Amino acid sequence: MTTLQLKNIVKRYKSQTVLDDLSLDVADGERLVLFGPSGAGKTVLLRLVAGVIEPDEGRVLIGGEDMTDVDAEHRGVGMAFQNFALFPHMSAFDNIASPLTATRSSKDAIAAGVHKVAKLLKIDHVLSHHPKALSNGQKQRTALARALVGSPPLLLLDDPLRNVDAKLRFEMRLELPRLLAAEGATVVYVTQDYKEAMALGDRIAVMSQGRIRQIGTPQEIYNAPADIEIARLFGDPTINLLDVVPQKSGDGVFVELSNVRVRLADYDGDASGKSCVLGLRPETIVFVDASAPGAIPVTVEAETPLNEKTVTLAMTARGREILVSRPAGTPGPAAGPAHIAVNGAQAFLFDKASGRLLPRADIASKRNGEAA
Amino acid sequence: METTSPIERLLRAVALTLVVVFFMFPIFWIFLMSFQTNETILTIPPSIVFSPTLSNYAALITGKLQTAAGTLDIAFMRNLGNSIFLSVASVAVALVLGVPAAYAFARHKFKGSEDIAFTLLSFRFAPPLLVLLPLTQYFQWLGLSNTYFGLIWVYQLICLPLILWIVRGYFEDISADVEYAYRIAGHSWFATFRKIALPLAGPGIAAAGLLAFIFAWNNFVFALVLASADKQPVTVGALAFVTSSGIQYGQIASAIVLSVTPTLALALYAQRYLVEGLSLGAVKG
Repeated sequence: MTTLQLKNIVKRYKSQTVLDDLSLDVADGERLVLFGPSGAGKTVLLRLVAGVIEPDEGRVLIGGEDMTDVDAEHRGVGMAFQNFALFPHMSAFDNIASPLTATRSSKDAIAAGVHKVAKLLKIDHVLSHHPKALSNGQKQRTALARALVGSPPLLLLDDPLRNVDAKLRFEMRLELPRLLAAEGATVVYVTQDYKEAMALGDRIAVMSQGRIRQIGTPQEIYNAPADIEIARLFGDPTINLLDVVPQKSGDGVFVELSNVRVRLADYDGDASGKSCVLGLRPETIVFVDASAPGAIPVTVEAETPLNEKTVTLAMTARGREILVSRPAGTPGPAAGPAHIAVNGAQAFLFDKASGRLLPRADIASKRNGEAA
Repeated sequence: METTSPIERLLRAVALTLVVVFFMFPIFWIFLMSFQTNETILTIPPSIVFSPTLSNYAALITGKLQTAAGTLDIAFMRNLGNSIFLSVASVAVALVLGVPAAYAFARHKFKGSEDIAFTLLSFRFAPPLLVLLPLTQYFQWLGLSNTYFGLIWVYQLICLPLILWIVRGYFEDISADVEYAYRIAGHSWFATFRKIALPLAGPGIAAAGLLAFIFAWNNFVFALVLASADKQPVTVGALAFVTSSGIQYGQIASAIVLSVTPTLALALYAQRYLVEGLSLGAVKG
């Protein structure tokens, strides 16, 4: 276990700034997920920590020690690559053993170490194979085993599940947290899959365009996305975003959806009269009877299953599309006219101009409400 | 391949046969000639029925050339030895110098690296005749003319650019991540070069070495001008068969057979690497 600190890292390629004055602290034993679209600079950042790329400016501290000018082989980190980067001319055994041979361990110690981690990752039966003869899943496990075998205090995982099929990815998503916890290492994990990020991260750092846009626990990011883009990246189906102008009236702030007033419990008068974007998670919208209070008339257009959910595309009277999701197997409306109800306490308001989340009156109580 | 009609297959076979005959016939004919006397060779029309003789080979190996004007001493076997020594040594030097250089050019883009690499390649563009005269002068000043050392040095003009450029492409084909992974595992850059880059570029290095060997072996003009008889390779030595009393076709033929045998054998042995090695980028791990 160790800590990692990045201080004001800048990295440019030609005229393009890939990392823009980026600072980051990872605590001892923490699992930090770097999440963001491709081209955000996640991989460059990871390589910079590993020491195979040098920053133009800024410092990299591992365990409090300045490693900026230390060669990769002396940083003592473990890394798994997205494309596995196995040595094609070596057997799986020799691939996994490579961090141990570097430290000139005895033959027995190397064999014991390799077999231990191979068993853990269930690849002990293919150790004599060359990478060419391994399935994608086995390659990925071999790459992971190679990163883990030396018990590095800092583990860098660059989207290790990207190139494996969906079934295997699901399996590994379940298995990895246990594995990483057992390892006890500080982990920086890169992914483009928000579910992976939420499943694996103690904290998630959302990156885009070479900067960290938001950093927080998975719940914080899901329940209080800093801006519209982040709200859109987390959640499947995507969050509903509707242009609204909130109004203050009487005891609170309201928005109008198809002439039905919805009270936004968390917001105060500051938002009123501004051009805003209302964010509604599809799972917070429910179908109700026409007689229910706050029922908004919609037309059900289509329905499609999405994993364990059923997603309905509904159209409001003003022609705005809304996605509603419910657990698969629960009854839903037939095509045609129906009514939905929106929980104003679970809605977000973003400033339309800046895209930033508008400050809410009491975020803490809301988060508890949602987690329940 | 799709199913082919009999006619298509027949045509393909005919075309392949024609190509093979076109390329192999001269070698075949020379091979026959090497077992004939000068008189049989010059018979018109030529015939492939004759009583074979080993006299040509005997003359080459003993170094005594029987001509109408008497016995001439030739140094063919020495030439052959020179060819082998010069080519092997040149390729060895070119590999030792060129492979690390190719790695540097492939992995480390430094200021002017492209220019240096291109300058080295341009040695292959310039016709040797262009540099021959100044080279002769320099060699005399430096005392390098008529030395093996000097010849091997000049042969680097032929071998080094070839190896540098072919092997560089091979190193560039190796995913940088694979090398990064080895570095991160705790190995020095030199260990990474030795244990990862070299083995993975192996077929390319073999192909480049073979090509360089063939080019070095075939070189004529450098050896002709910069070395005297006892250091000359077969390409120059073959001139000895053009004697004042006529051209010794039989001996030339057997000399050719002997001199192409090493390269031919090498090429046949390394065929697999050659095809793999020259189709750059087509082979990925």
